[in-house]
Amino acid sequence: MLLNASGCLDAIAAPDVARALDAFVTKTVTPLPRDGNTPVRIAETEVGMLNSIGLANPGIDRFLSGSLPQLEQLGVPLWVSVGGFETHDYEEICSRLDDYPSVNAIELNVSCPNVEAPVESAQQIVAGSRLATRKPLWAKLSPAVSDIGEVAKAAQAAGADGLSLVNTIRGLKLDSRTLQPVLGLGQGGLSGPALKPIALAAVATCYRATSLPIVGMGGVRTGLDALELVAAGARHVAIGTTLFADPDAPARIRMELHAAAQERGWSTYEDAYAAAHEQALSLRTT
Amino acid sequence: MRRERLSVVANEPVGPYTLLRVGRGGIDPGVPGQFFMLEAPGRLLPRPMSLCLAPSRELAFLIDAIGPGTRSLCALEPGYELHVLGPLGNGFDLEVERPLLVGGGIGVAPLPYLSERLGSPPAVLGFRSDWHAEAAALVPNAQVCVEPTLVTELIPAGLNVLACGPEPMLEAVRAVASGAQLAWEAPMACGYGACYGCAVEIDGRLKRLCVEGPVLCAA
Repeated sequence: MLLNASGCLDAIAAPDVARALDAFVTKTVTPLPRDGNTPVRIAETEVGMLNSIGLANPGIDRFLSGSLPQLEQLGVPLWVSVGGFETHDYEEICSRLDDYPSVNAIELNVSCPNVEAPVESAQQIVAGSRLATRKPLWAKLSPAVSDIGEVAKAAQAAGADGLSLVNTIRGLKLDSRTLQPVLGLGQGGLSGPALKPIALAAVATCYRATSLPIVGMGGVRTGLDALELVAAGARHVAIGTTLFADPDAPARIRMELHAAAQERGWSTYEDAYAAAHEQALSLRTT
Repeated sequence: MRRERLSVVANEPVGPYTLLRVGRGGIDPGVPGQFFMLEAPGRLLPRPMSLCLAPSRELAFLIDAIGPGTRSLCALEPGYELHVLGPLGNGFDLEVERPLLVGGGIGVAPLPYLSERLGSPPAVLGFRSDWHAEAAALVPNAQVCVEPTLVTELIPAGLNVLACGPEPMLEAVRAVASGAQLAWEAPMACGYGACYGCAVEIDGRLKRLCVEGPVLCAA
């Protein structure tokens, strides 16, 4: 499946872009409405893009009454990204989403770099959410941990059905003249090309650490980038920053992905799944 | 909105600015004040530019080379093909009785096309130097001032103001011309509502300029 990374597409503002995906992932929904962080909230760097949006969203009440009915009209499977500041926030939203058949899956954003981190661990959040909903739960993890494989194992033990890898990693840009931070918040989440090797490593590590299916994301600009994530162990691939530069990216990347697989002797890209592990090369320690 | 690869026709200096002219392809020029996302060669993200002129079979953008993206756009050679997405956002409401165009600096960019569509109404334009003021030649029927004179000193009462310029100028215009239509700007990654990067605080609320603006009516 080809998806969007959460926060990288507004399907109501751009329905045709969403329809080119196999599933649409919403911007993270929190219990209460959030305006997000003080502008400036985005900055381009030499190797990617920084954002400090800060989970701007209408809150779960207005999401359910206003956004969801519009999203249901798209005819695209819906994943709802859920965020919060304590386990109870996640439990509450999961419980309320459980009543909506149009919600196909829930992605638990336990790793936004732009808000105060949830005090509880990913494991507690997944465990609490698991009790609140029967829907498939995908845990979106940060690569900024010492061993993402351990976090992935904990998420699986707590009842996660899948992993979304990876969220952005914190970065800072200074104005070249004033040497002051460009972003209003100071620091932000780095996405784009710089994230690709980090995402590949996280996917490969979690593929070996758990049996959970993985949505790979981070720096996907071409079909070959997507195929590399599949080879590292991702069942599905999400497009993030590239959507900003190219709203036609879903159709293009899908075409390139199939072509890249066939050029390498696979009939479909699914056949390339975990191909990078066949020689077990990265398991060796030197 | 539509995204196409358009071919550069010419890059012409206008004072310190550059007028980038590209073949129009199948892209609609839209309403004055709407904008386009221009691929900036060698950069990750495109750059938002309002349309300056819509000559036959062309789109023209007035660009101030202030960073790596705008510098790469201003250096493009004829024949180079770049992706252009648009038209985007909400432009000026053209149903006004007594229009006055107000521009400051590179904020003059959307005014030539706006002037054309409104039948060359009067305009007041402010610049920081005589060199910058060369861009005033693009706007017919314009009164020009150079700092320290400010455009707000030249706005008569009772006209429907349509303005584009730096934020302090727009705030000052708003103070003297209630109901003015103001074209704002902010850094944007996408231009079509996806990134939430272009939120600006206006009247105590954060608004996504790309979908709610860039032209907003002053309270």
